[in-house]
Amino acid sequence: MTDATYTGGKEPAKHGLLTVDARTKKRNASEKRFRLYGLAAIGAGVFFLVVLLSAIISNGIGAFQQTFIEVPVYLEEAKLDKTGNRDPAEMAKVSTFGYSPLIQNSLWKVVVDSGAETPLEDGGDVKQMISASAAAKVRDWVLANPDRVGETVDFQILASSRVDGYLKGRVSRESIAQDKNIDAEHLDLVDVLREQGVVHKSFNWEFITGADASESRAEQAGLGVSMLGSLFMMITVLLLALPIGVAASIYLEEFAPTNRFTDFIEVNISNLAAVPSIVFGILGLAAFIQFAHLPQSAPIVGGLTLTLMTLPTIVISTRAALKAVPPSIRDAALGVGASKMQATFHHVLPLAMPGILTGTIIGLAQALGETAPLLLIGMVGYIATNYPEGVFSGFLSPNSAMPAQIYEWAKRADPAYYERAWGGIIILLLFLLAMNLIAIVLRRKFERRW
Amino acid sequence: MYDSPLRKTEVDTNESKISARDVQVYYGDTHAIKDVNVEILDKTVTAFIGPSGCGKSTFLRTLNRMNDTIDICRVEGLIELDGEDIYDKRVDPVQLRAKVGMVFQKPNPFPKSIYDNVAYGPKIHGLAKNKAELDEIVEKALRRGAIWDEVKDRLDAPGTGLSGGQQQRLCIARAVATEPEVLLMDEPCSALDPIATSQVEELIDELRANYSVVIVTHSMQQAARVSQKTAFFHLGNLVEYGDTSQIFTNPVDPRTESYITGRIG
Repeated sequence: MTDATYTGGKEPAKHGLLTVDARTKKRNASEKRFRLYGLAAIGAGVFFLVVLLSAIISNGIGAFQQTFIEVPVYLEEAKLDKTGNRDPAEMAKVSTFGYSPLIQNSLWKVVVDSGAETPLEDGGDVKQMISASAAAKVRDWVLANPDRVGETVDFQILASSRVDGYLKGRVSRESIAQDKNIDAEHLDLVDVLREQGVVHKSFNWEFITGADASESRAEQAGLGVSMLGSLFMMITVLLLALPIGVAASIYLEEFAPTNRFTDFIEVNISNLAAVPSIVFGILGLAAFIQFAHLPQSAPIVGGLTLTLMTLPTIVISTRAALKAVPPSIRDAALGVGASKMQATFHHVLPLAMPGILTGTIIGLAQALGETAPLLLIGMVGYIATNYPEGVFSGFLSPNSAMPAQIYEWAKRADPAYYERAWGGIIILLLFLLAMNLIAIVLRRKFERRW
Repeated sequence: MYDSPLRKTEVDTNESKISARDVQVYYGDTHAIKDVNVEILDKTVTAFIGPSGCGKSTFLRTLNRMNDTIDICRVEGLIELDGEDIYDKRVDPVQLRAKVGMVFQKPNPFPKSIYDNVAYGPKIHGLAKNKAELDEIVEKALRRGAIWDEVKDRLDAPGTGLSGGQQQRLCIARAVATEPEVLLMDEPCSALDPIATSQVEELIDELRANYSVVIVTHSMQQAARVSQKTAFFHLGNLVEYGDTSQIFTNPVDPRTESYITGRIG
């Protein structure tokens, strides 16, 4: 009945050590095959990773460059400060509509000075080349520097997203045939101005620090406000999930009796870690918004929801870290008369620290990239155009979050937003990379051998 | 046939330090220690011997309530230290363990400096008022642990960096730093080489002057060398307890004789 049945009186042939018998050959061959499978798997993984990273970088790197037009704007006193006494309150009455013609006329002057031949006739014809946000930018500057009214000041005016796309190769003369936002004549002008250095690309800090913009002003949109939203969410998660998670783990691991109840809790914590994140989203909606009446779309709600999601991760990694501390350390501490709490906090916890910190940072990184729960609490779809006024409003006023902002951009129609979505992903990945690096550094720093 | 005891084997005192009456220990449904009655004397080395799983370590750990940390462990009967029931509800195991120190099988220094290893106990018990006093306690403990000369120049070095025998003597120093009255040792030499073992054995004999020492050992030679009293455990029972010389030369119980002559165990 056993596998190794005796096959008769034939003695197995004797081999010297120098000849390899058939069984050994077979075993060696299967080991070789297995190694090849492993190598192939790693190779495939690396290949896909390279494809992914190169796709992200090639699509998103453009978002960090933006096209600007250098325009010396004549700040006409008659238009901007009719009273002439430089009273900011008085000057604030002039809206962006008062500034737009000045900028357009100044740009027209640049066009004329460049000597380009163009069928276009005046400033109103070149307004498609500059961003609709330009007037607001100049106005803010003038209100901050009222003394300069009457002078001609050089501004780096954001080019419109079509001009930007033309410089980046996204927009061509063929593709604008149906496009009412820009004409071929404008592109001809851009060619001339570009050669003269008036139209140029430079690094786009606005993309990193700026606020989101309306659908038609892709060139102006930035990730800054939603980054703050993510920051306030992460602060909430860190402040809640770390102490709660670590305290729960210490209790469960070091103090709780082993019985059915703690077994039940243990199983369910593992189960919670596998619950789809959208479930936490609807839980957050029901508990924090509908029941507790916290404001919609607020980072504090996002943070609370993500805390629920991150807790199991932190608890599991903390318990694993505590388990890994050898029991002899606990014995040693108890043996010299330390109380259980002293043994835990003086000896066990410091040794478990690297594991706890790593788990926490991995949990935070997970929470940072999470989008699905934010769908349900209104952080996806909120157009984050305003910076929070302070720490308090940072937690409570509506905001978006980095992954939500990326999703928002990806579904907008203007192809310029497509590039920004990829750029946003680069920033998000850089954050995750930084967090993982911190985890590694902390691990190295706190790791002690025993 | 055994190493002739180099040290004197007579008991100096008949003062009982720990007395156990009808002690029963259960691990869940397992009855690990059955009806143990024993008087452990002051300023004496008492050895617990017996085959693996006979309950000698379990009984040792009931003497400073280290078994409290095991949920399913239950102790019945009476164990008195200087006439006080150590399982009384009013007794805090933390205070008890300061009086009844313990050294474990595997050297387990904290992953801290040598100084901090020894200073930890006195610190948490508030034995030193200031740094100078603490320094003094640490030095005294390290001298008692017979390791002072080896480590006095590198008190800041990690305790885990010492050799196995040094680590174990450091652990003994750590245990005596809290000025215990009883020192429990759970196979303190089983992880050590013969030279380190003999150093630790010498130390145990010196410690007898100040403490009541209880040592669990697998090595009958060791029991014969270091102890004045020996208790032989078998299957959870205390089979025989008496002067070491008598146990090893003239055992009363046939099971003891079988064990020390190598027929069981």
